[in-house]
Amino acid sequence: MLNLGPHAVFIVAAYAVTFIAVAALMLFIIADDRHQRRLLAELERKGIRRRSAAAPATAPKQAARKRRA
Amino acid sequence: MPSLANPTRFLDLVGRIVPWLALATAALFGVGLYLALYVAPPDYQQGETVRIMFIHVPAAWLAMFGYTLIAIASLGTLIWRHPLADVAAKTAVPIGATFTFIALVTGSLWGKPMWGTYWVWDARLTSVLVLFLLYLGLMALWQAIDEPGRAGRAAAILALVGAINVPIIKFSVDWWNTLHQPASVFRAGGSTIDPSLLTPLFVMAVAFTLLFVLLHLLAMRAEILRRRVRAMQQSQVEHATVAGA
Repeated sequence: MLNLGPHAVFIVAAYAVTFIAVAALMLFIIADDRHQRRLLAELERKGIRRRSAAAPATAPKQAARKRRA
Repeated sequence: MPSLANPTRFLDLVGRIVPWLALATAALFGVGLYLALYVAPPDYQQGETVRIMFIHVPAAWLAMFGYTLIAIASLGTLIWRHPLADVAAKTAVPIGATFTFIALVTGSLWGKPMWGTYWVWDARLTSVLVLFLLYLGLMALWQAIDEPGRAGRAAAILALVGAINVPIIKFSVDWWNTLHQPASVFRAGGSTIDPSLLTPLFVMAVAFTLLFVLLHLLAMRAEILRRRVRAMQQSQVEHATVAGA
């Protein structure tokens, strides 16, 4: 066991505050990332596409149609 | 670099980097904490309280690093209009604020046994408190404006104005008489810290930096996805409006 001397309470408090603050930040960021991914998957399941995402998929078909014409 | 301007390519890169970065961060924290808590000797003047240095100093460095990153990203928003610049700036704010908060609290907890007080209004402490308030101001600004483009430009201006505080923090201990000690790691003439304390400090600093980068990449990914969700929801509303008309 560590012997942190007469000021142990300050050292332990400093490490505890750091751990809690970093853990809270990590949980917040990871939860936000998962939430956004879930929302995106839900919208994609409903067949909704971004305009910019839809463009490259349709462009080759249009080009092929033009070539045929 | 140009390929990273494409958010989709950036997301692919993040997906590949994150697991390795998380492993490296965890390993470095394991080594760093072992060195900091078990191997590093007590300081001849400060005794065991020197162990607070291994978290306080990296947190203070990252508080300034975070703001510098935001200022550079803000230039990217205002001058080059890089598509990821305001994403990078926005997502660095809460991370930088957290590290500034850690630096302030651990500094207070170190100050009480060493200086006899939790707080003094000296130049270093006050300028770091101003940095924390700037971070809170940027967070409030991002929350206050709905449209990300407008919010990004307004936040970029505030961030660039506030960037003047970073050199003030760095040189405050040289320009004014402060209770806070002067620079002892990065200074002309070399570090004044013994290698037995400097090595754990260096390992912890690298571990904290990797943690910052890891959290920033994850936060940037979440923000890019949030903007995609927003664009898709708007497209859904437009589609419903056209169909209804």
